[in-house]
Amino acid sequence: MNRVLRERLISIINRIPLHVAVIGLCLIWILPTLGLLITSFRPQQAVNETGWWEVVKSQEPTSTAYQTYCTDCHGANLSAVPSIDLGASDVVSGFTNTRRLAVTFNREYNGAVHIPEDQRPDDESLREILDYLRIESGAIKMPPRFTVNNYKDVMVGYDARGGTYDQACEEEGPTPTRSCDFWEDATRSDAIFKGVLNSFAVSIPSTILPILLAGFAAYAFAWLDFRGRKVMFALLVGLQIVPLQMTLVPVFRLYADLGLNGSFLGVWLFHTGFGLPYAIYLMRNFIAGLPREIVESAYLDGAGHWRVFRVIIMPLALPAIAALSIFQFMWVWNDLLVALIFLGNKAPVLTYQLSQLMDSLGGGWHRMTAAAFISMAIPLAVFLLFQRYFVRGLLSGSVKG
Amino acid sequence: MSTQTQPVRQKSPGDWLTSGPLRFLVSIGVPVIAFLFLRWSFVLLRDQEANRILVAFIALTIGVFGVWILYLLTYYLTEQLPERLGERVRPFVFVGPAMVILFIFLLYPIGHTFYLSLMNADSEEFIGLKNYRTIFTDEQMLITLRNNGLWLISVPLFSVSFGLIVAVLVDRIGRWESTAKAFIFLPMAISAVGAGVVWKFMYFVRAEGEIQIGFLNAIITKIGGSPTNFLETIPLNNLALIIIMTWMVTGYCMVVISAGIKNVSTEVLEAARMDGANELQVFFRIIVPIIRPTLITVGTTVLIWVLKVFDIVYVMTNGRRDTQVVANQMYTELFRGGSVGLGSALAILLLVAVSPFIVSNVRELRRRRA
Repeated sequence: MNRVLRERLISIINRIPLHVAVIGLCLIWILPTLGLLITSFRPQQAVNETGWWEVVKSQEPTSTAYQTYCTDCHGANLSAVPSIDLGASDVVSGFTNTRRLAVTFNREYNGAVHIPEDQRPDDESLREILDYLRIESGAIKMPPRFTVNNYKDVMVGYDARGGTYDQACEEEGPTPTRSCDFWEDATRSDAIFKGVLNSFAVSIPSTILPILLAGFAAYAFAWLDFRGRKVMFALLVGLQIVPLQMTLVPVFRLYADLGLNGSFLGVWLFHTGFGLPYAIYLMRNFIAGLPREIVESAYLDGAGHWRVFRVIIMPLALPAIAALSIFQFMWVWNDLLVALIFLGNKAPVLTYQLSQLMDSLGGGWHRMTAAAFISMAIPLAVFLLFQRYFVRGLLSGSVKG
Repeated sequence: MSTQTQPVRQKSPGDWLTSGPLRFLVSIGVPVIAFLFLRWSFVLLRDQEANRILVAFIALTIGVFGVWILYLLTYYLTEQLPERLGERVRPFVFVGPAMVILFIFLLYPIGHTFYLSLMNADSEEFIGLKNYRTIFTDEQMLITLRNNGLWLISVPLFSVSFGLIVAVLVDRIGRWESTAKAFIFLPMAISAVGAGVVWKFMYFVRAEGEIQIGFLNAIITKIGGSPTNFLETIPLNNLALIIIMTWMVTGYCMVVISAGIKNVSTEVLEAARMDGANELQVFFRIIVPIIRPTLITVGTTVLIWVLKVFDIVYVMTNGRRDTQVVANQMYTELFRGGSVGLGSALAILLLVAVSPFIVSNVRELRRRRA
């Protein structure tokens, strides 16, 4: 008994380095994303003044500096000197910055300098004192640790330097470019919410169409015999790897003739074209692996190809369809290049908007991180919900696009 | 895996004459009619000033049902043909439309791009191989090629090594394996643009003496260094970009390699341990040789991804300060007022670079069939 316990203990201790290594690696990998997530929920001022990893630190201003330099005269309750009541918010509001506070040190009170030169607080303590006074007197309200304002701002595309969308609407009211009706503003073209809608409008059809077409083709490749079948399939396997970039200019010119540039239809068709080789390949391998007996007995019963396809093959191929849908959806949702070229600012999708924001550093980190997280939310949700299917789609050997 | 459900047919030339054009017709029918119909519905709805998104979704509903019905219709038409002829045409109802779309979006453009690569900047004059010569002589282009070389070596090397290490480690931790894997795999799910924002924030730098809110520079200043501008310092900036890609694809490598490791039989491992091999020896002498094919496959896949890397460079530096790569250079040439000829030549270069993998893929297919 004693020996068993000891051995177990030893094995646990032996495994500590392993666990530490794994936890460390996971932390390193998640840290950048975590920083983004935390920053997106912090108010602007906090983001610019402290790193996101300090978010757990106490925000309460410390009273140490005040106690060192001021308590003797002003008292612990801030109001010991009636003429300069540091507990009154209007007095403290007069100190708009640390220099204004420092100036008072030179003045004379009761025939002596307020604070002699050699006893004055250094810059850091001065800052601390002012912060303490501001909060204690009620001159400013303690900023919240977390806020959803960044998300609100980017959803409606508000990018003024200071303030938030809510504040602007409260103080200035509607302007020609801002109606202050949240959902109305959110559907303007530079609003991220519009980008979300556009991304859906691009991704969903670009997922359904290639899989539908691939389903038909895969059936033929798996169960029918026809001229050129082997050549066509070899072609498909080869085409899977062809870089997307190869086809951009010819398709762009073709679209220019057809008037398809800047339209959803053009992007759908392009993604359909590019999704097909991999989709057909994966579906064919799956369908060809289905038990022959089922299909053959259906033929014997007199069912035509259409009936076999719709009633037997499609339902059985659902796992493959699921893996493929998720893979294709994520691919299209995360795509920048195709959206950049064929849609651009005519129907800005999320990735496009985000790249524009990065270019202009639009509105600072607090908003850019929020915008980025909105763009990541859908793929992350899909990934966490359908992890197994997504990985299966990847594992089937994709080197797409 | 083909089935010979039908009796062997005798081929006669007359049959082929009629079935040839018909095959072509059923192939092209669905895509063309569907396209015209979709465009017509787009135009019709657009004229009514409806919401674009609404238009898109109505068009989608019409489109998906429309495509299904079109297939059904062409299939029904082939049912009306004489038995033998119908049997020959019918497969093309299924496979034809996809093939036509592939031709329009993949095959024809490849040929056209090759043609454009032999033309000058505005595609009006034939200049032979001059664009290709520019790629291999121009100073800026050589930097671009060098960078691609750098990416091609380091990203697969880093991501496969990390992936292998993580896979081996998480294989032993038992209960929490899938959670740990999810953490590492997460970056694979987000877009390169999103990853760009994540890392731009990590690399963010402020002047010396100010509070650093970028994580890496905060650490550097904490331990007494001076802040580094990761994205502007040559040659550090290339490494900074490479790290982003490595961060993204390591999860993929880990998942695939992990599946490979699971296939290594525990008996072999136990036998080695019995013979006194330590864990390092087990790893290098047994696990690595056994999963070598997996490592090569994963490495190749990453290699192909790296060849076409575009988004990361585009959003992080847009090729400034010697960080240009082929795909981004190509985008600049093609769509930002550069030379279409040169851009097309770069595209062909990419195709040539991936062609060995195309060939080996097709060969692999042949081998498996044989």
